[in-house]
Amino acid sequence: MINQLSWKVGGQQGEGIESTGEIFAIALNRLGYYLYGYRHFSSRIKGGHTNNKIRVSTTQVRTISDDLDILVAFDQETIDLNYKELHSNGVILADAKFNPKKPEDTESSLYAVPFTEIATELGTSLMKNMVAIGATSAVLDLDIQVFEEVVREIFGKKGDQVVAKNMDAIKAGYNYTKEKMDGNLPTMQLEKADGKHRMFMIGNDAIALGALAGGCRFMAAYPITPASDIMEYLIKKLPALGGTVIQTEDEIAACTMAIGASYGGVRALTASSGPGLSLKTEAIGLSGITEVPLVIVDTQRGGPSTGLPTKQEQSDLMAMIYSTHGEIPKIVIAPSTVEEAFYDTAEAFNLAEEYQCPVIVLSDLQLSLGKQTVEPLDFSKVEIRRGKLVTEGLPEIPNKGYFKRYEITEDGISPRTIPGVKNGIHHVTGVEHAETGKPSEAAENRIAQMNKRLRKVEHIRFNTPVYKNAPHEDADLLIVGFNSTRGVIEEAMGRLEKDGLKVNHAQIRLIHPFPTDELLPLVRSAKKVIVVENNATGQLANIVKMNVGYAEKITKFVKYDGNPFLPHEVHSKCKELF
Amino acid sequence: MATFKDFRNDVKPNWCPGCGDFSVQAAIQRAAANVGLEPEKLAVISGIGCSGRISGYINSYGFHGIHGRSLPIAQGVKMANRDLTVIASGGDGDGYAIGMAHTIHSIRRNIDITYIVMDNQIYGLTKGQTSPRSAVGFKTKSTPMGSIEQAISPMEMALTAGATFVAQSFSTDLKDLVSLIEAGIKHKGFSLINVFSPCVTYNKINTYDWFKENLTKLSDVEGYDPSNREMAMQTLMKHNSLVTGLIYQNVDHPSYQDLVHGYSETPLTESDLNLNQEHFDKLVAEFM
Repeated sequence: MINQLSWKVGGQQGEGIESTGEIFAIALNRLGYYLYGYRHFSSRIKGGHTNNKIRVSTTQVRTISDDLDILVAFDQETIDLNYKELHSNGVILADAKFNPKKPEDTESSLYAVPFTEIATELGTSLMKNMVAIGATSAVLDLDIQVFEEVVREIFGKKGDQVVAKNMDAIKAGYNYTKEKMDGNLPTMQLEKADGKHRMFMIGNDAIALGALAGGCRFMAAYPITPASDIMEYLIKKLPALGGTVIQTEDEIAACTMAIGASYGGVRALTASSGPGLSLKTEAIGLSGITEVPLVIVDTQRGGPSTGLPTKQEQSDLMAMIYSTHGEIPKIVIAPSTVEEAFYDTAEAFNLAEEYQCPVIVLSDLQLSLGKQTVEPLDFSKVEIRRGKLVTEGLPEIPNKGYFKRYEITEDGISPRTIPGVKNGIHHVTGVEHAETGKPSEAAENRIAQMNKRLRKVEHIRFNTPVYKNAPHEDADLLIVGFNSTRGVIEEAMGRLEKDGLKVNHAQIRLIHPFPTDELLPLVRSAKKVIVVENNATGQLANIVKMNVGYAEKITKFVKYDGNPFLPHEVHSKCKELF
Repeated sequence: MATFKDFRNDVKPNWCPGCGDFSVQAAIQRAAANVGLEPEKLAVISGIGCSGRISGYINSYGFHGIHGRSLPIAQGVKMANRDLTVIASGGDGDGYAIGMAHTIHSIRRNIDITYIVMDNQIYGLTKGQTSPRSAVGFKTKSTPMGSIEQAISPMEMALTAGATFVAQSFSTDLKDLVSLIEAGIKHKGFSLINVFSPCVTYNKINTYDWFKENLTKLSDVEGYDPSNREMAMQTLMKHNSLVTGLIYQNVDHPSYQDLVHGYSETPLTESDLNLNQEHFDKLVAEFM
């Protein structure tokens, strides 16, 4: 019996690789297993190698595994590109159609199963993916009935016959594999899962759901990988709430339209990845100086420019903190799990309205697209707080005076009203302005307004600015990361503890303003610190050094080849330090 | 009920004496009063440039944004609160150079806002460079040998982009301008009003006199029918776009708000921000 399994299906893009993985994963998720799926794909529609690696476990997993138990291959390229991940008892299940060849330097076994031929005999070669699922089930000794419900959901609208055919294909794959390889097949029986029903979703789903729960009723966005899922989800769900999504002509329109909607009084969102964020930069400054709340999601991908559009990277960090000319108050938060992506996105709308500034919800491709089992979300934790918004009961202002929308206050936050509200008329401008919004270049006013804006976020309240798993007062090592590296660091930490090292873990969730006070004690008390991040220059490490100090004990561990860290990489790098 | 005086504030415009924009400001104030608006129900969203300052000179909610982006901001405001009257405004550089994409796509989208462009064929606030509306041969600081690029015809462009309301006016024709703005506000959809608004400081070619000599009023064109798109295009081409009046209006095409699926009939600003637990559970179940 095994408590963890790593399975990968690969082939040409457009061959149904994604749905094969999807059906396999959903069915196992419903049995109560914890799943983690990560897709390798290219920026094209048809052709090119693609694969979907799925990890199945009886306990929660938040990243891809080092190795592979089963590789399902629809072409030789899949074998050649991925066989090295297989451990010695690993199995390759390959379509007999392409005469699969086993590389010489592997101890894993290859079984050719006529996926295409069986599917064609049953009616259509399209069902070769189902045959592959059946073959996998044979290796796992899994009752194929577990797939029926999912198959029915996916193909049900095409009629009972299609459902039956697909189930037949799974069965045929199962039977063929069992019969032909009986006795030879390694036993990979998974321990029984707890049978609990949990969600299976990508980070972008959680972000979009968080936006809905957080009161977002309007989104303006431009399609871009890996952020588009957010707009696609919300366009389906917002109409039931009276809201909508507008696909704009460009990223600048998306950001300025969200600003307009937010100024108009509705909770509005825009989402993109690096190239889009570059274009939104001027508008972010507008939100900063006009103090219009704005929530932006940045799902980081490989940069610069078009970079690696379908690959993992965390290189927007500095840009998200600093981008836009001039100086503005800004909040940058970085959820490190799918659950946090939900809560943090909902909370971002509160922060934007309370502090009246842009809030960037930073994600990365691995978090946004990694599909995983998620513990139940506690809806009661979601609050709606609108800060100093005033929509009625304003006193009349004599002599057509304007409402002091930018009133100098102790906390820097001024009362805010929205168009339509009587006695609330004021001016809004990206030009430096006085308390009523009228342009003013006077030096004294400039200083007063700059200070007012910047002090708004000095004492920001954010629940858990640093996720800490810090059991040791005198740790040998503190591992620091942000966003999706949470999972890989957790696994490396477990292995390091087994090695006898005392390890603490800090995942930075409030990126800006930086939670120095939260992190400082952990850095101070650790003998060594390693900052793990998917970029080339060690941006987070630099930010930690800048804010916390202790540069001499901080090691950078960076990876920027487009792939997420694997647990063994982090583990061995950390061990090297001792 | 508010009068045009209620739309005045105490800010003195920083426009040059004689600038055409003063009349546009007055026309917006009169039109707003004539259609029965209260100042707090009007939002004027403007771009950057001399004319972009207009949102600060009208007693209403006003938003002076960034260069070229008055339209997306204005559309966002309207989507947030469909009960507001939203006017976007700016200059020809704002609308036809840096913001041209938004102009075309606002036309296509047909959200119910009114866009007033103060067209002076020059960049004024940056002190005299060529604009996409400058004629070939026009000498400016950035085209010392004369402009060699074709001028845009925004009215023809609007017709081809699928506009449902296209009008053009001249800042001195205050009465006509007021009634066109009123018609634009009342139009259910996107209305584009291009106003020749002479720059007395930097444009010595397209002067008040020049416009008086060269403009043709569509009311003087016999048999002109603004519901006929083909006639509109032919007339524009025949007169090199130098016409004033209502060029084209399609009253049958529904606005974006009327077409968008599920969009609240009451302002989105009034919608309940809380999901109920039942709704949330339903959404969550889809991921199980």
